[in-house]
Amino acid sequence: MQHTLVVLVEDKPGVLNRVASLFRRRVFNIESLSVGHTAEPGISRMTIVIDSDQVSADRVIAYLYKLVNVLQVEDLGAVPAVTRDLALVKVAVAGHDRAALLRVVDETRAHIVDSGEQTMTLEITGEPPHVDAVIARLEPLGIIEMVRSGQVAMRRGDTALSAAG
Amino acid sequence: MQRTGAQIIWECLVHEGVRTVFGYPGGAILPAYDAMLDYPIRHVLVRHEQGAGHMADGYARASGEVGVAIATSGPGATNLVTPIATAQMDSVPMVCITGQVPGKLIGYDAFQETDISGITLPITKHSYVVTRADDIMPAMKEAFHLAKSGRPGPVLVDITKDAQQASFDWSWDDKPVKMRGYHAHRIPAKSDTVKAVELIKAARKPLILAGQGVIQSNAMKELRAFAEMVDAPVAVTLLGIGGFPASHPLSIGMMGMHGEAWVNHAIQEADLLLAFGMRFDDRVTGNLKTYAPHAKKIHVDIDPSEINKNVRADAAIVADLRETLREMLDMLEPVNHGPWLKYIGSMKGDTAVRDIQRLPDSGHLYAAHVINDIWRLTSGNAIIATDVGQHQMWEAQYYHHNDPRTLITSGGLGTMGFGLPAAIGAKMARPDAEVWAIVGDGGFQMTQSELSTVAQEAVKVNVAIINNGYLGMVRQWQEFFYERRYAATPLRSPDFVKIAEAHGLVGLRVEKRPDVDAVVERARNAEGTVVIDFRVEQEDSVYPMVPAGADLDAMIRRPERPVLVETADDPI
Repeated sequence: MQHTLVVLVEDKPGVLNRVASLFRRRVFNIESLSVGHTAEPGISRMTIVIDSDQVSADRVIAYLYKLVNVLQVEDLGAVPAVTRDLALVKVAVAGHDRAALLRVVDETRAHIVDSGEQTMTLEITGEPPHVDAVIARLEPLGIIEMVRSGQVAMRRGDTALSAAG
Repeated sequence: MQRTGAQIIWECLVHEGVRTVFGYPGGAILPAYDAMLDYPIRHVLVRHEQGAGHMADGYARASGEVGVAIATSGPGATNLVTPIATAQMDSVPMVCITGQVPGKLIGYDAFQETDISGITLPITKHSYVVTRADDIMPAMKEAFHLAKSGRPGPVLVDITKDAQQASFDWSWDDKPVKMRGYHAHRIPAKSDTVKAVELIKAARKPLILAGQGVIQSNAMKELRAFAEMVDAPVAVTLLGIGGFPASHPLSIGMMGMHGEAWVNHAIQEADLLLAFGMRFDDRVTGNLKTYAPHAKKIHVDIDPSEINKNVRADAAIVADLRETLREMLDMLEPVNHGPWLKYIGSMKGDTAVRDIQRLPDSGHLYAAHVINDIWRLTSGNAIIATDVGQHQMWEAQYYHHNDPRTLITSGGLGTMGFGLPAAIGAKMARPDAEVWAIVGDGGFQMTQSELSTVAQEAVKVNVAIINNGYLGMVRQWQEFFYERRYAATPLRSPDFVKIAEAHGLVGLRVEKRPDVDAVVERARNAEGTVVIDFRVEQEDSVYPMVPAGADLDAMIRRPERPVLVETADDPI
């Protein structure tokens, strides 16, 4: 089962290493991990997606709280949440029907963010299954390069996660 | 006032109340060593940094204060890894200060550069890399706060050489440490204690499992009052020994792999386990699937991550144990569990007939004899530091501790080589106490070079080497589980008497039971350290034994008539 953990941490050197090391030590494979600033200076937000049972996820959360720089942890597996993933995909345009590519763009809310003589770069944003689906449609056209941001997520409704707890 | 980073290190140590540090100098920590001479702190020069770490550990365990070890960068720092892991597993408050190459050289594979904060990341409670003199005091203050508060543990402070050399206008900041992401849970939630008290009131066969948390929260008095109030027997973990007086009528002894048979049976039959400051280690539970099948469990621990880790709790209290016991005492009325206590008492007879102390004297010297005699002669008042192995378990079985912080032993990590340096550290912390290191012939040789430290520092710690010519605990496992194929366990040792003498210490040898008393007394009365080589039965085993992963009550018991091994010069 997939668990999406949101972790608020103090923005200090080595924090990412401490968090990642915790997963390594318990032999958890991290499916995706993204880090960025929050609205509050000095506080970063990690979104970590792991595949594990509930017991193991609960253990990981308990261990995350033991890290001195970790302020808050929320498991979004249990609550309604908005999740987004972003992919940049460089697709070959030579050698096939350019219209086929444009049709995918048109039908999937992808954006063309760059184009060269041989390639076109698309941005796809959405829930991870949506991004997966668009990538599947692009594959036959020839993907040259791809990057995904990893998931970011936030609880739905008025409840907000705050570093103050 | 103008201070260098190096001076600030010592200023901080003085402010933290540190009296003794254990260390070994080297290039990257040289500025700190130079500044040391101007501060009123005793430095103990060790022979290997591992010794410094274990001494700091022994110091901390004997005193309850933070132990401090100092080493240089690179190999000095990596030699601290084993003591740091030892302290982490046993929740020992310790601060390790390491020198680091100058900031501008970090990452360039400079001479004696190593990423010690990276190496120790999973085995420290927290760590700091300090590259500026201004950051030394905040790091040191937080390090001490973290090491001793909540669930204690080791903290590493790695300080670059240039940060030690830089100077600025400095003054001590008296403000208490505040850390946003760190809060020690102290006060129990009312709803949790109410739930626990309901379970206690409903129990007919309650049993208290007392761990090191009793000692660390200083809850000895409260535990005694609590046990008497609910009339529950108290079993201890290895590290919990001393947290409840062994002589108390409700004391039933140690649990687990080498615990008393009646204790393990009682755990399996109890209807309520009260786990106080213990973590249900695999050596304590045996097979988790069959562990205490009839018992509800109340788990009190200051570390929330211990709750439901190994054993699911029916009531969990995350708080300081002493506060928790005080609150629960106010909510309870005295009860009587006479039939349950009588039943447990009735199981002791079977063990008594197997006890090696009761065998007719065959002239053979058994480790159990030696340890029991040391207990008797020291009136149970000595601080004992052990190494790891058979002698450690015999110590736990045959030296009866009534007071906290009198058994200093590596439980979680099981670190051989711990005993001698830990004893030195304990003696530094408690100079008035009688301190013994009880060690095996194997573990002693891992850190026996610290005898030089003993001699140089003129420390009085007596050393009892339980010498059976084997790596005894491994040999025992080979005997029980590997068809007596003694791979790499027979151990040829140097002449320990001469080793002692070479260090300017007294060395004595004992081969017969009747000689034990006189030699132990001679060691106790001697001015300096005495090393005693006790030549004990070679193939004796520790009983009872729960094989790893077996059900807790599936114990291998000592045969009623142990087979004595014949030796050429001592036929029977």
